[in-house]
Amino acid sequence: MIRFAPIQTALVSLAWLCACGAPAASGVSPQKMADALHVVLESDRTVYTRNVVNRLQNQEKVIKASEYWKDDKALPLPAQMFRMGAEMAAEKNPGFTYGLLSLWPVNKQNAPVTDTEREGLDYVAKNVGSNFYAEETLGGQQYFTAIYPDTAISDACVSCHNDHKDSPRTDFKLGDVMGGVVVRIPL
Amino acid sequence: MVALSAYLAHAMTLGDRRVFLPGETSAGHHQIEERCELCHSESFADADSIQAACVRCHGEELSQVDDSHPRSKFTDPRNADRVALLDARYCATCHQEHMPRATGEMGLTLPEDYCFQCHQDIGEDRSSHVDLPFSGCAASGCHNFHDNTALYEDFLASHAAGPALIPGATLPQRMPLIPHAPGLTLAQADAPMDALWRPSRERVALWASSSHARAGVNCSDCHAPSQRAGLGAAAWSIEVPPAVCGDCHEGARTGFEAGRHGVRWAAELPAMRPAQARIEMHAESADRRLDCGSCHGAHLFDSAYASVEACLECHSDSHSLAYQTSPHASLTQIGGDSEPIATCAACHLPRIAQGDGSVRVQHNQNATLRPNEKMIRDVCIQCHSLQLSLDALADGELVRRNFAGTPQIHVESIEWASRRTDARASSTEEGSP
Repeated sequence: MIRFAPIQTALVSLAWLCACGAPAASGVSPQKMADALHVVLESDRTVYTRNVVNRLQNQEKVIKASEYWKDDKALPLPAQMFRMGAEMAAEKNPGFTYGLLSLWPVNKQNAPVTDTEREGLDYVAKNVGSNFYAEETLGGQQYFTAIYPDTAISDACVSCHNDHKDSPRTDFKLGDVMGGVVVRIPL
Repeated sequence: MVALSAYLAHAMTLGDRRVFLPGETSAGHHQIEERCELCHSESFADADSIQAACVRCHGEELSQVDDSHPRSKFTDPRNADRVALLDARYCATCHQEHMPRATGEMGLTLPEDYCFQCHQDIGEDRSSHVDLPFSGCAASGCHNFHDNTALYEDFLASHAAGPALIPGATLPQRMPLIPHAPGLTLAQADAPMDALWRPSRERVALWASSSHARAGVNCSDCHAPSQRAGLGAAAWSIEVPPAVCGDCHEGARTGFEAGRHGVRWAAELPAMRPAQARIEMHAESADRRLDCGSCHGAHLFDSAYASVEACLECHSDSHSLAYQTSPHASLTQIGGDSEPIATCAACHLPRIAQGDGSVRVQHNQNATLRPNEKMIRDVCIQCHSLQLSLDALADGELVRRNFAGTPQIHVESIEWASRRTDARASSTEEGSP
């Protein structure tokens, strides 16, 4: 946990900028804010995937990563780590939300539910390397919504999704866009 | 009018605030109902303050079981449409208070259709679920809204096999005594011997033979914890509140005060008495006070007494009354002494093996009580198959008979989960090169 403290501090700082309406005063646009958040989120997750899960599970074979990490006394999967962080951040009401969605989710609850999510996930899957930005109104509140491609960066991502009994798609390859990170900032 | 105003003002400030209750309080909460501010805050603020109160008492328990529907699911803007149908950001949406006519078997209100609002298309993924009644999701031993640690699909499939009674099954045993000081003898008892406070010879003898004396815990440690002996009888108290026990037994105190036995201590109210209970209790025990000594026996600290007799001295519901003639009561630990092993406490205050090899007693009896599937992992499947556990817990009449007989209800969820797992394994094999 100590390892990620600077990242969490950065998230809170960014959240403060957002919650205080700082964009207009400081010139930080919602897109720049979302992009900055995503850089932190993506870096955090990549470090965990490569330096923790891949190293300990696949290279040094010290411990496995498991969907049922508590029961199996194993490491949480990178996607689970990401979601747990998103839930913990949401509990602190930081002024933004983020999540991991997919057109081919293992858990159907992580399929797109808004028009923007459907359009954005389709866009980042078809336009490799591009992000998707839009505004949408949910529950009477207007949001800036950014969707970033979520790419299979290790064999573990590919094999886990292709082999999972609840996965609707089983032909992922390394480098494929498997879904998207969705960041929402209220306007 | 003046008299009524004066009466209500007195009730609000010094008297019984229960005159203000808009309706009977739910089970559990009725114990703390005279302290309105515990839920409503001092100023009777908004729904968020009530929600904060829910989380203060129940949040940790939900976190421990990886709540399947944490609040963050519903504060996510993408679920705004769902929140409009079922505002699960707030516990009180489903669990309304002061609504006795709507309060169900589990002691709280619970709508029947809450699963349907978000999962009505489940039949598209699970053909086994097509045409199932929406009221049955959480009422037939298959799902819970919060705690699914013993009900999730892969857990069911991985526990599909196994005999109803596991041969050689044992339960976690007590941790060995770890003295914090050299043991003490009868002659070393440090209670003052003046006329006001002199303990009886029998009481001191009980202490001298107890685990407390062996662990170096003297009279003053419990009866004058902040004073130490030698300061005179005025510094001593016969009563030993749970907070004092908690100085050494912190986990036990925390669990005790989180459950119905000890919640009034947590709320800084006089101890719970069986007379205040909403379930059947023996009349002769009506005025006993519930503290640590009620079950552990002051100066006796006999875990065998605490595990059955202490319970049955107060509880007189049909499940409790059926215990002594139940199959569980006659079981003893394999390779151990002749003491019963499947006691009341073994199920309701279970010893739980921790990841570090230690064994802790869960002193919050609510933690394994309702919904009763909460009991499966830490209790039932230690000795029984998951299938028997699900079936038995779903059979209310069998529960009332304290499991004398066989389940007359069969929960199909393990078969459904196994079929899905097997089907996917077959399709993977067929598709492999």
